Amino acid sequence: MSSVERIDLHPTHQHDGYRLRQGRPLPYGAHRVPGGINFSVASMHATACTLVLYESPGGPATAEIPFPPEFRIGNVFAMVVFDLDAETIEYGYKLDGPWDPVAGHRFEPDRVLIDPYARAVAGRPVWNAGGQTALRSRVGFDDFDWESDQPPRIPMADLVVYELHVRGFTRHPSAGVRFPGTFGGLREKIPHLLELGVNCVELMPVFEFDEHGMPDDRLDYWGYSTLGYFAPKAGYAATGPLGMQVDEFKNMVKTLHAHGIEVVLDVVFNHTGEGDERGQTVSFRGIDNKTWYMLAPDGTYRNFSGTGNTLNCNHPMVRGMVLECLRAWVAEYHVDGFRFDLASILGRDTQGHVLDNPPLLENLAHDPVLAHVKLIAEAWDAGGLYQVGNFPDYGRFIEWNGRYRDDARRFLRGDAGQAKAIAQRIQGSPDLYAWRGPTASVNFVTCHDGFTLADLWAYDRKHNLANGEQNRDGADHNDSWNCGVEGPTDNPAVRALRGRMARNSLTLLLLSRGVPMLLMGDEMGRTQQGNNNPYCHDSPLTWVDWTLAEKNADLLRFVRLLLVLRRVCPVLRRPRFPVVEGPDADLVFHGVEPRTPEWADWARTLAFEWREAEGAGSLYAAFNMHWQAHTFVPPPAPAGCRWHAVVDTHAAPPADIVPIDEAPPMPGRSLALGPRSVQVLVARRGG
Amino acid sequence: MNMTVEQRDGVKVVELQGDLDTTTVPTVHAGLIAEVADGVRLVLDMHGVRYMSSAGLRLMLSVYRKAQERGGDLVLVGLSDAIRDTMEVTGFLNFFQAYETLEDGLRVLGAPR
Repeated sequence: MSSVERIDLHPTHQHDGYRLRQGRPLPYGAHRVPGGINFSVASMHATACTLVLYESPGGPATAEIPFPPEFRIGNVFAMVVFDLDAETIEYGYKLDGPWDPVAGHRFEPDRVLIDPYARAVAGRPVWNAGGQTALRSRVGFDDFDWESDQPPRIPMADLVVYELHVRGFTRHPSAGVRFPGTFGGLREKIPHLLELGVNCVELMPVFEFDEHGMPDDRLDYWGYSTLGYFAPKAGYAATGPLGMQVDEFKNMVKTLHAHGIEVVLDVVFNHTGEGDERGQTVSFRGIDNKTWYMLAPDGTYRNFSGTGNTLNCNHPMVRGMVLECLRAWVAEYHVDGFRFDLASILGRDTQGHVLDNPPLLENLAHDPVLAHVKLIAEAWDAGGLYQVGNFPDYGRFIEWNGRYRDDARRFLRGDAGQAKAIAQRIQGSPDLYAWRGPTASVNFVTCHDGFTLADLWAYDRKHNLANGEQNRDGADHNDSWNCGVEGPTDNPAVRALRGRMARNSLTLLLLSRGVPMLLMGDEMGRTQQGNNNPYCHDSPLTWVDWTLAEKNADLLRFVRLLLVLRRVCPVLRRPRFPVVEGPDADLVFHGVEPRTPEWADWARTLAFEWREAEGAGSLYAAFNMHWQAHTFVPPPAPAGCRWHAVVDTHAAPPADIVPIDEAPPMPGRSLALGPRSVQVLVARRGG
Repeated sequence: MNMTVEQRDGVKVVELQGDLDTTTVPTVHAGLIAEVADGVRLVLDMHGVRYMSSAGLRLMLSVYRKAQERGGDLVLVGLSDAIRDTMEVTGFLNFFQAYETLEDGLRVLGAPR
């Protein structure tokens, strides 16, 4: 095969000994090309741009190369620099332009900025050890040997999501992993996920952010303050000091996939880590403030995110970045889905008005690269927009169902007037997702935002003083209950009640149609000591204490067996709403007597029967959320079957749950339910 | 970076000494690939390698792929703990059989004692 040498292999310009030629504007960012690296950065309002190179990692700048005017195509500065070492080179940009905040411009020609499209970021290679070192962009390697990795593509109806914080999941010394607090550490804990029975991890933000980016000396532990949307957080990689976070992340995904576990990323496109006018300028603000941010007419930052700024998501340029970013995470990192933080902001126009047909969401929904990934919206924002049930979904976006959480908590707590609402939630929320089916609903009782499950039933009030904001931060309405004593107690009755409340919660969640989501550690009773917003604590307060797996082994066993029950009873996982009336009903509501559900406000008892067509595998669940004992009479078992008792949250472990094949036939015709307890029967053939 | 090659009972032993990084990889790559003949049995002795960068990881994998393509067999010996950890957490170790000592490597590749 003959080959003709490319004619763009040769430099046309020189600067200070660096050999250059005009670059290609697309793709944005820094990419290897034959002989060199193509640098491309866009700014609608900059007048000039200089590339700053650091040839020794962490060292001083070794070159500043202004983009010659002829290297500017439209509003894009594009240049190839030859003979650079793509593995070690670090770079940044200086942009010149007006300083005119009222007009929206905040150019600082002397400030070196990171590339919004940087594939890796240097400067924070080890968590909380980088001090105030400046962040720099890196090029690195984008090749990886995926072998035959294939995303599991688990049907939404079969998904069980486990929300976790990469560092907090394995940082505690008790985690017993070789690479604590990292992507590698998460990989080591795959056996726990498998034994538990979840098949999807939803990772709290893993894009590069600055844990030192807070205005005071607190640490940003949660990381909802992205600075590098294309870069995995180096401080979450055991190999961060070697600059191998990209490979480590990919290997984590590959290994999770090999075990049938999907990876969903919590992505924060509603704002950046630059804050408002008082915040640090790292990238977007200095590159093109007016394009990247939603600004008020006086040039101040609109704040629909509650964090100081709002990314201008429906500006075509920003829209393009979001789409490119998600494509990169799917194509290059093989991730299986995204959970969009404060997703309602993605439906606002450049002035903040709510759009009927938001182009960004439409783009994402119809993009071929994203065609099979899960798109999950947190369907509200901090600007008062609450779209649970009517987020512009384009047949693709499903939602964190905040109504599920709220109604479930109130019902479980024994509030009056909850029976009707919880009946909707059990069905998968047909009142909210009538045209979309139950798999549009991610059901949860707890998530990172709020109390853990153990704390939900141990605290009436939030205890956030340690956050340093006089307990003002965090949600005030938690629908929680302390079971009689605020916080830790040795009182055995209170402790038993809390254990029951947790089991009741988990049983409700896993017996509802829709997509259940668990919060890391809830399966073993993780506490945050009543803190419902510990975003700034990197400490045992927020880390999973793995000794709980032994201390609360009975709870862990309960969750595992509940997840087995969900797996072996397909009626719980059908991707359609149940039929609740007539001969084909697959969900029948009962009261303490068959077929007499009580919907009155005072009702605190509800039973329901999931009916499998063949009979076997049908379930009956009785929820007594009243503070007094009640006797429930289940309906007759399906023809040819008997009811077997699998769950009784009032019974002391291990009788609180038994494996189906060991479940004893239900004795007698009625069930005595203790106060605030749940019993579940499963129909088995024979007898 | 220093590279020496010797034959031990039909097994090729390549010993690397020094750092495997972006400055040394191109030379080592050329030298190593030249040793990968059809059906080669190759022990890569890493006792003398103290540091391996991303470029080094990629070099190892491309030599492995080349050996595989040619029906050969490649074994690593003498990885330092740090390099072994790095290769494990980034997934590169999955491709290799790795052993502590040269003797182990030779045994695995069937060299008579």
